[in-house]
Amino acid sequence: MLLYKLWRSFVKEILLLKRDIGGIVIIFVMPLLLIITITLIQDSTFKNLEGSKIPIIFIDNDKSEISKNIKHELENGKTFELVTNYNEKSAQKAVFSGDYQMAIVIPENLTKDLNANIDSKVQTIVSSFGIEADAASAKKNVDIKAKDIHLYFDPATNIGFKNNVMNAVNKMVFEIENKKIYKAFQDQLGTTENLDENKNLISFKEITPTKGKMDIIPNSVQHNVPAWALFAIFFIVVPLSINLVKEKSQGTSVRVRVSPTPYYIHILGKTCTYLIICIIQFLLMVAVGVYLFPYMNLPQFDVTGKMFHLIIVTIFAGLAAIGFGVLLGTLADTQEQSAPFGATSVVVLAAVGGIWVPVFLMPEFMQTVAKFSPMNWGLNAYYDIILRNSGIAGIAKELVLLFLFYIAMVTISIFYERKQNAV
Amino acid sequence: MENIIEIKNLYKKYKHAEEFSVNDISLNINQNEIYGILGPNGAGKTTLISMLSGLIKPTSGTFKINGLSPQKDGFKLRQIIGIVPQEYALYPTLTAKENLMFFGSLYGLPHKKLKIAIDESLELMGLSKFADKKVEQFSGGMKRRCNLIAGTLHNPKVLFLDEPTVGVDVQSKKAIIDYLLDLNKKGTCIIYTSHHLSEAEEFCTKIAIIDHGKIHAVGTPEELVNRVASAENLEDVFISLTGKELRDVVV
Repeated sequence: MLLYKLWRSFVKEILLLKRDIGGIVIIFVMPLLLIITITLIQDSTFKNLEGSKIPIIFIDNDKSEISKNIKHELENGKTFELVTNYNEKSAQKAVFSGDYQMAIVIPENLTKDLNANIDSKVQTIVSSFGIEADAASAKKNVDIKAKDIHLYFDPATNIGFKNNVMNAVNKMVFEIENKKIYKAFQDQLGTTENLDENKNLISFKEITPTKGKMDIIPNSVQHNVPAWALFAIFFIVVPLSINLVKEKSQGTSVRVRVSPTPYYIHILGKTCTYLIICIIQFLLMVAVGVYLFPYMNLPQFDVTGKMFHLIIVTIFAGLAAIGFGVLLGTLADTQEQSAPFGATSVVVLAAVGGIWVPVFLMPEFMQTVAKFSPMNWGLNAYYDIILRNSGIAGIAKELVLLFLFYIAMVTISIFYERKQNAV
Repeated sequence: MENIIEIKNLYKKYKHAEEFSVNDISLNINQNEIYGILGPNGAGKTTLISMLSGLIKPTSGTFKINGLSPQKDGFKLRQIIGIVPQEYALYPTLTAKENLMFFGSLYGLPHKKLKIAIDESLELMGLSKFADKKVEQFSGGMKRRCNLIAGTLHNPKVLFLDEPTVGVDVQSKKAIIDYLLDLNKKGTCIIYTSHHLSEAEEFCTKIAIIDHGKIHAVGTPEELVNRVASAENLEDVFISLTGKELRDVVV
C-alpha cells in the first residue's frame, strides 16, 4: 500500500513538472548554458585561440638588443597584441582608466647598462681566478644601479592574470640575463664553445595517471563538466524548496498532513522525481561535453568506460542536493525566503566545495570547512573517476557521506514537520 | 445515541499570544450529527477544528474520535477523518481528476475503487465534464466543490469543514449542502464552521456558539432560538450571545 501511495505521489510530482514548461526549460537548459559558457571562458584562459589576443601597451625606451628580445618573445607568445604608440605617461593613464589590461615600459639604456654590469662582474670573477682579463674588454668596475622594467596593470585586472604576466616577464628577463652572462664569460675566457647551448640543465616531466596504456591528460573540459554539472545539480534545491513552500501556501500540504500517509512517503515521491531530473541534467551535460564541445573547438569530454560510475556519483550527489532542498522547503514559510536563500547557499556551497577555487589554494580554515561540504564530496568523487581513474571502492567514502547527508537532511525535515504539527 | 467525538477540557494558547484561543472546551458530539461551530472572527472555531483534525497540538486537554486517541491511535484516527479546509487546497495546474486521484490515494483507496468514487462524486457535484480541466481554470464555486470531494473520497466517519460555502454562488452552495446531507445520511458526522447563520440554522442538527475560546451555548437551532426571549432566528441569538462589537482580528 505504501508503494502505491509512493507511486501516486511520484505521478503527481511528474504531472506538476510537466505542466510547468518554463520551469522544465530552466531546469534543463540553464545548466547546459552554464556549462558551455564556463568551459568556453575557462578554456580560452589556457588556450590562445585565434583572434583572442590581449592588447597591451609596450613602450621601448631602450631600443636595443634586450628590449627587442622582450618584444620578440611577447609577440611570439601569441597571447598579446602589442600597442606601441604611447609614452609612459599616456600609457599609465590609459591602463589605470581601464582601456588596457597592462603596459610594459622598458627603461632607457637597459641593454647598455646590463651589459656593462655583467661585464664588470664577470671580469671581477675571472680576475679572482688569476686569469688576466681580456685587455680589450677590461673596463673599470662601474657602479650601475639595477634597472626597473615598469609594469602598469589595470586595477581591475585579475590577480591570477597579473601574477602570470609578471612571472612570464621575469622568466624572459632571467633568460636574457643568463645569455648575457654566458656571453660575457665566453668573451673573457676567449672560448669559442657555445656555453649557452644547454641552457635548460634541469627540466620537468609530468607523469600523468594512466588507463591501460593511455595517459589520462586533464584538460579544461574534464575539469569543468563534472564541476559545473554538480553545481547545476545542486540548483535543484531552488525548485524543490519552492515546490514544498507552494504546497504550504496552497494548503495542499494540510491534506497530506491529516492523511494516514507518512510524511516520508511524500518526501520519497519528491526524491524520486527530482533524482530523475538530476540524472537527466547530468546526461544532457555529458552529451554536450561529448558531442557538442568538439564542434566548438573545445576538447571532447572523455567518459569512456566511466559512465556507470559517473551516474552512481550523480545519484548520490543528487540525493544530497534533494535532502538540502527538502530541509529548506520544510523550514521556509515563503518563496521569498526559500528561493534567494537556496540560490545563495548553493553558490556558497560551491565556493566552499572547491568548484571555483581548488580547495588546496584555500586558507587552512576554509580547507577544513570544505571537508564538510557535500559539493566537495561530490566533486572529489567525480574527479576520482574522471581524472584519477578510481573505481567505486575509491569513491565509497564520498558516496557514503553524500547519502548520510541526504538522510540527515530528510530526518531533520521530518522531525521538524512532526514537531510543528503533531497532535 | 453514541458519541463519536468526546472533548474534555481542551485548551490552546499560541506562542506569544496573550489569551487562550480555545479555553476549556468540553463537548460531546453524536454520530450522524451535523454539528455547527459558530462564532465571530477570532472566536476559536478554526483552532478547535485544527486541533480535532490533527493539524495543531492542544496546549492541554484531551479528545477522542470514535474512541481513538490522537496520541495513541494517530494513524487509525487519520483514516477515519476528512478535512475540507477554508482555502482550496488543490494543485492549480493539475486537473480535477488528477488532484482527486492523488488525494484519494493518500487514504490508500485501491485504484479501481478510487476511480469509481471520483467519477460518482464529480457527477454528484456537476463537475463530470470538467474532470480533465485544470483546477486553475475553475470558477470559485467549482473549486469549492472539488475541494469538498477531495476531503470526502474515503467516506470519512467524521468530516471537518471550515466555511465550505464561503464565496460561492447560490447554485454551488446548494450543490455543496446537498452533497453534505447525502454524506451525513450515509453515516458521516459533519463538523462545520460558517459565518452564514441562516445556512447553519437550516443545515445543522446541533450548534455550539463559541466566543473568546469558550462555548456560550449548545443546542439544536430551535432550542437556541427559544432560549433567547427576543430572538426570532439564529442571528438574533448570535448577536445576543456575542455582542455587536466589531471583531477585527490580527493573526
